[in-house]
Amino acid sequence: MLELRNVTKTVGAQEHIRDVSLTLQHGSLNVLLGPTLSGKTSLMRLMAGLDAPTSGSVWFDGKDVTGQKVQKRNVAMVYQQFINYPAMTVYENIASPLRVAGVEQAKIDKEVRNAAALLKLTPYLDRTPLNLSGGQQQRTALARAIVKNASLVLLDEPLANLDYKLREELRAELPKIFAAAGTIFVYATTEPHEALLLGGNTATLSEGRVTQFGPTVEVFRKPVDLVTARTFADPPLNTIVLSKKGADFLLEGGVKLPVPPELAGIADASYTIGFQPHHLSLERPNASAVPVRAKVTITEITGSESFVHLDFADARWVMLAHGIFDFETDDEVEVFIDPRHIMVFDQNGRAVTASKLAA
Amino acid sequence: MDKTWNNKAWFLVLPVLVLVAFSAVIPLMTVVNYSVQDTFGNNVFFWAGTEWFEELLASDRFWEAMVRNQIFSFIILAIEVPLGIFIALNMPKKGWGVPVCLVLMALPLLIPWNVVGTIWQVFGRNDIGLLGYYVNALGIDYNYVQDPFDAWVTVIVMDVWHWTSLVVLLCYAGLVSIPDAFYQAAKIDGASRWAVFRYIQLPKMQRVLLIAVLLRFMDSFMIYTEPFVVTGGGPGNSTTFLSIDLVKTALGQFDLGPAAAMSLVYFLIILLLSWVFYTVMTNYDAER
Amino acid sequence: MARIEVNHIRHSYLPNPQKDSDFALKEVHHTFEDGGAYALLGPSGCGKTTLLNIISGLLHPSHGRLLFNGRDVTNLSTQERNIAQVFQFPVIYDTMTVYDNLAFPLRNRRVPEADVDRKVRETLDMIDLASLAKKKARGLTADQKQKISLGRGLVRSDVNAILFDEPLTVIDPHMKWVLRSQLKQLHRRFGYTMVYVTHDQTEALTFADRVVVMYDGEIVQIGTPAELFERPRHTFVGYFIGSPGMNVLPVSLDGRTATLGTQRIELPGVPKAEGGTVELGIRPEYVRLGREGMAVQVSKVEDVGRHKVVRANLEGREIAAVIGEDDEVPADPKVRFDPAGINIYAGSWRVEMGA
Repeated sequence: MLELRNVTKTVGAQEHIRDVSLTLQHGSLNVLLGPTLSGKTSLMRLMAGLDAPTSGSVWFDGKDVTGQKVQKRNVAMVYQQFINYPAMTVYENIASPLRVAGVEQAKIDKEVRNAAALLKLTPYLDRTPLNLSGGQQQRTALARAIVKNASLVLLDEPLANLDYKLREELRAELPKIFAAAGTIFVYATTEPHEALLLGGNTATLSEGRVTQFGPTVEVFRKPVDLVTARTFADPPLNTIVLSKKGADFLLEGGVKLPVPPELAGIADASYTIGFQPHHLSLERPNASAVPVRAKVTITEITGSESFVHLDFADARWVMLAHGIFDFETDDEVEVFIDPRHIMVFDQNGRAVTASKLAA
Repeated sequence: MDKTWNNKAWFLVLPVLVLVAFSAVIPLMTVVNYSVQDTFGNNVFFWAGTEWFEELLASDRFWEAMVRNQIFSFIILAIEVPLGIFIALNMPKKGWGVPVCLVLMALPLLIPWNVVGTIWQVFGRNDIGLLGYYVNALGIDYNYVQDPFDAWVTVIVMDVWHWTSLVVLLCYAGLVSIPDAFYQAAKIDGASRWAVFRYIQLPKMQRVLLIAVLLRFMDSFMIYTEPFVVTGGGPGNSTTFLSIDLVKTALGQFDLGPAAAMSLVYFLIILLLSWVFYTVMTNYDAER
Repeated sequence: MARIEVNHIRHSYLPNPQKDSDFALKEVHHTFEDGGAYALLGPSGCGKTTLLNIISGLLHPSHGRLLFNGRDVTNLSTQERNIAQVFQFPVIYDTMTVYDNLAFPLRNRRVPEADVDRKVRETLDMIDLASLAKKKARGLTADQKQKISLGRGLVRSDVNAILFDEPLTVIDPHMKWVLRSQLKQLHRRFGYTMVYVTHDQTEALTFADRVVVMYDGEIVQIGTPAELFERPRHTFVGYFIGSPGMNVLPVSLDGRTATLGTQRIELPGVPKAEGGTVELGIRPEYVRLGREGMAVQVSKVEDVGRHKVVRANLEGREIAAVIGEDDEVPADPKVRFDPAGINIYAGSWRVEMGA
């Protein structure tokens, strides 16, 4: 179990990590999700022991390891760049951490072949990394990390330099590989989609803070604040600031969006409403859906779906519609907001939920 | 970025520290010691205070050598840096020409200083030297032993021949690190050869150029072996640079006190000028 | 703006290409219409960047000719072709200000300073960088730098085409949405001929009116996003486009019926297949999961937020199906194939189906 307790990291005048507390269990997959410079890599360096925290402590299996150096921590890391020993064969690359550890030859051979089979590298064991495709090079780096039998494996955007389709394939295989290894995995990514496909737990990062940590799907569906909701949305989250009066949120043009029944008790004030692009639709999804008129700025078609970019009052929205709709710029369309799928945030950006109201 | 604290790292640095202590700090202290005392030999010393320094700073001989040094360094930088950049720009970036050029460039750097001096001493002689003889045969009166101007030209040509390669190699390293996309984008933007140099190559070479200028400045300011071997500081005092003057004072006249004072001043001047160069160039960098 | 004709172009990076496999670009013959937005889509090594660099003149093709508006430009330099290109990693002149960066291509072409100023200001507004005009370019973020690269392409109103080589690689997901829709808006407003190289299907499909799918040095299909989705000409297109890609299942044919293991599948028509391996292709979006149809064993359900991907086993074959975000997998799951989404392939190429 890896624990970060109130960890802070400042470099010069800049706060890279702000008061982060996290507990990661053995055999778990933990995604760090956030944009570039949100602190993913800094946090990983602290976990690995490559950097020492400015304040706070790092604990491993109940032992304080703050300041203990990386060589003693049994950590493996995989980077965005494909880092392998160019002069060694794939076999020797995978075997290298075991050779350093002085493992006997028969065991090395067994471990290397197991890892190679798991990562589909068996046919390439005699090649050198430069004669492999990018995907195979990264598989080699992954195999090396796994064979090391580290208690903590850190993966820093490992698929970012791969082709889209290769990424998709490796992404599907990774959870199986992780499940087989049983150590703590930490996986940094900028893509919400990737976090969802990997599953496990997700910690969303924004400006050096962990805004939420929990099971991936739960963080996605029930973000605790607006920042988390925005970080975990691709296409971007649709938002609009509305004032609540009585049983309704008041929209431009006299349209009323009913307050979800479980939130009926909230005070009359200004709120930010957020909803995912696929919860905006051209057809009425149910009786309670509310129609609004919005102006099309651009339409993008993916083959089976259309992303329609809309202007509504001051807000810029994206609608994900099933089917092909080639609207012209400045067309007015009627779209439906489904009140069952809206998220409500107060003026401080905190999520307003039924359980909070009860408390 | 502060890393995890690891005391063992100091053990790795220790040999260097010991080496620096014996090779630099202790001799320097000895020099400081000499510079404030007077001796007539037999290890008998008298306190002299700042006497040697006052005498030195008041002497014309010192200031003349100093001016010679500055002119020399200025000329060397003015020739070697542009020439080095020019050669680096025209060296091939790929193919079989690369190793050939690199080896050719490295050759002068591999020759010891005194050998370079001897080569040029013979090369420039107007009786048997290939250069001296033919230059005279062309009707140019060239004699570095008698003519101060010829002596200067010889020392400068020699230094350019010996050290331009260093500038070339440093610049070349900067140039090959520029990604192809920059040149492609420049083509698409319709940039001229000059614009490519001014806005892509020069900015990317800036850091290595800083190092090249510093190295060449310090080295040229400390020039000793070449003029010593070729001209011996003459004719007259025309190529007597600070270093040559220093050796003359210390070993020729055995005036250890003044020589020590002189070397300290010399050392401080080099330190000061290098620092000025460095700050000016890095500040310029930061402003942009 | 120009119509770009790629006339039987082949290219090899080797000095004496012999075999077909020596060619990075086997043979490409295609016309990019004036004012069109095209994407070249394919995996790395498929030749898409080679083709782009041949159009821009950074590469000279081994064979074939290139024509702009009917005029042969094969032997013209990049500069003479008058095209703009944006690269994968932002190329900026970091000693210059943002303003000067944009002015650079114009000043190089001796455009009068008054026009330079007008065009640069217009472009700065277009790419939303007006507030940074006076700043040195080196201190900017990756996406601002990439916007400058983009701006240097857009500032020249008279270019024949604007070419993009994976321009959004270094951009964060949220910014990608913004930049992509801006590009598309610019295309709508000014009607540039744009060619956009990418390995990312979402970028290709959303950006382009017509997508050129390349594989192994050849074009395998050119079509609108909808055509590529519904009627992939080759199983590679089916696999490469769509996420997850098309399910491809080996079948045997008997008139209007395809047989997969013990299952019989009604086809919308009679395929005109002659010989070769016959396969049935169906996208996960057209696989209906319910209580009727062919029995499957579900191995995994991936919740990707806006929908779920169900991985199942049908007659010993892995298939994927897409279901709604609130849908559940039934206790005794079965699948049906929507006839509208069925395509038949012989030797990996799509065959038509008659009545």
